[in-house]
Amino acid sequence: MAYAAGVDVGSTQTKAVLIDERGAIVGRSLVMTGANVIKAAETAFGEALAAADVREEEVEYVVGTGYGRYKVTFGNTQVTEISCHGRGAVHMFPATRTVVDMGGQDTKAIRVSPRGEILDFCMNDKCAAGTGRFLGAASAALEIPLDELGGTALRGERPVKISTTCTVFAESEVLSWLGKGKRVEDILLGVHQSIAVRSAGLLRRVGIENEVTFTGGVARNVAMINTLEQALGTRLNVSEDSHYMGALGAALFARDHILSSRTPAAARQGAS
Amino acid sequence: MRITAGIDVGSTYTKVALVDQAGTVLATAMEPTGFRLAEVAALALEKALAAARLERKAVAYVVATGFGRHQVAFADVHITDLTAAARGATKLFPGTRTILDVGGQTMKASRLGEGASVRSFRLNDKCAAGTGAFLEKTARYMGYSTTEIGPLVETSKDATSISGVCAVFAESEVINHLSQGVPPADIMHGAIVSLVGRSVQLMKRVQMEKEFTLIGGILRFETMARVVREALKSEVNVPPLSLVQCVPAFGAALLGQRRLDVLAAGPPAARESVV
Repeated sequence: MAYAAGVDVGSTQTKAVLIDERGAIVGRSLVMTGANVIKAAETAFGEALAAADVREEEVEYVVGTGYGRYKVTFGNTQVTEISCHGRGAVHMFPATRTVVDMGGQDTKAIRVSPRGEILDFCMNDKCAAGTGRFLGAASAALEIPLDELGGTALRGERPVKISTTCTVFAESEVLSWLGKGKRVEDILLGVHQSIAVRSAGLLRRVGIENEVTFTGGVARNVAMINTLEQALGTRLNVSEDSHYMGALGAALFARDHILSSRTPAAARQGAS
Repeated sequence: MRITAGIDVGSTYTKVALVDQAGTVLATAMEPTGFRLAEVAALALEKALAAARLERKAVAYVVATGFGRHQVAFADVHITDLTAAARGATKLFPGTRTILDVGGQTMKASRLGEGASVRSFRLNDKCAAGTGAFLEKTARYMGYSTTEIGPLVETSKDATSISGVCAVFAESEVINHLSQGVPPADIMHGAIVSLVGRSVQLMKRVQMEKEFTLIGGILRFETMARVVREALKSEVNVPPLSLVQCVPAFGAALLGQRRLDVLAAGPPAARESVV
């Protein structure tokens, strides 16, 4: 059995996914990117191999993606994260036509064809407003761990209206709401709504076509799913592996390469 | 001696200036603003009174300014910080026609007409990239505190290019530069150059005219004034260090004196609009 791997070096976290010839995930791993990007990529890949109990020689092709994709020194080639998220989302949810990817520092809206090709995309390139960093700022200001933010926000009843655009100023706005005696739950619900509204704006710029699939690290946050569904007025596809969608897409491109490099007969057999 | 107080409740610091009839500064005081605006205003006023060895009743008139001015319930009048800054800056530098005020969370440019009137102004209000917060974040990413920015940047030999579009995205940029061995001083210098680039854009939008007066907390860093001077290819006025952050508070206190003059001179109702 030959394996294909995708390594997604994001601004905050690095993800690695290992798939078999049928495209099923056999191993995954997530590490903090940190300052040593090359090391993060190697560690993530190594951990995914260990998780799948696969030796490195069994991996025929590796594709790097994400902002640090050229730091995947052991990668055979690189593919942009836009393409990888589109590919991963369509593989996981075949009816996907729009992808919203929310990561640590950026939010992307991507429109894809039924085959997972990119038709259009839009991202926040100049400003961290409306990205995962906004949640990071709220988490720091309220001293609540990132993975507890969503659950806390779900208990909000009367969300505050967050007026700041800038992530840096959001931190002081959150504290000022606290100073005015607002409940943490209501402040956090307001924070989630503010991100949802900004992301919905980004999605409208590429055009929203059903079904919409939500990917990236922030897709694990239940309150973010809820508020984004409300802002868009549509259901979102979310997978347990949403966080790994970019790495999965990269691994699928790697698998394409493995299959197409074989004899036509073998490729057909592999694809079946 | 007739004393007035100007209280500037800014986004980061609350400043107080006590001024006598001749317009001389008797004392200034500063407190981090925090979230209890009314309390911090009273606290900063007490601090200034203590520094001047004065009692509260010695203050004949209190003028509040800054974003939190309306929370200062004990003030006799509230005025905008642009008006207050214009008054303070022209008292210090009578030829002032353009003011650039760079604070912790704001950047403001205003052009003045005759008699310290504000003709045009622009604010940078949605984004931290054009404010002191940008420098603070850049310093923090490198492990320096705000107070270390000044001494650090003085040792810089060359400014590294920092794009300065977003204070959050600056983090990756700073980390990249550090990992390539760029000295922190040069990165800090680059952040100041980037901030000044945004300042000059704002000043252009108010159609700046000479003389330029620079005020606000960020002007504590001498490099800031030097870089502005180079960017504008012109001399700039910078108040003494003791007053550079307190110009709107100073101007507010001066307006208090003027208002008392007017009140003393004639029927108040007819003169209300002077201040």
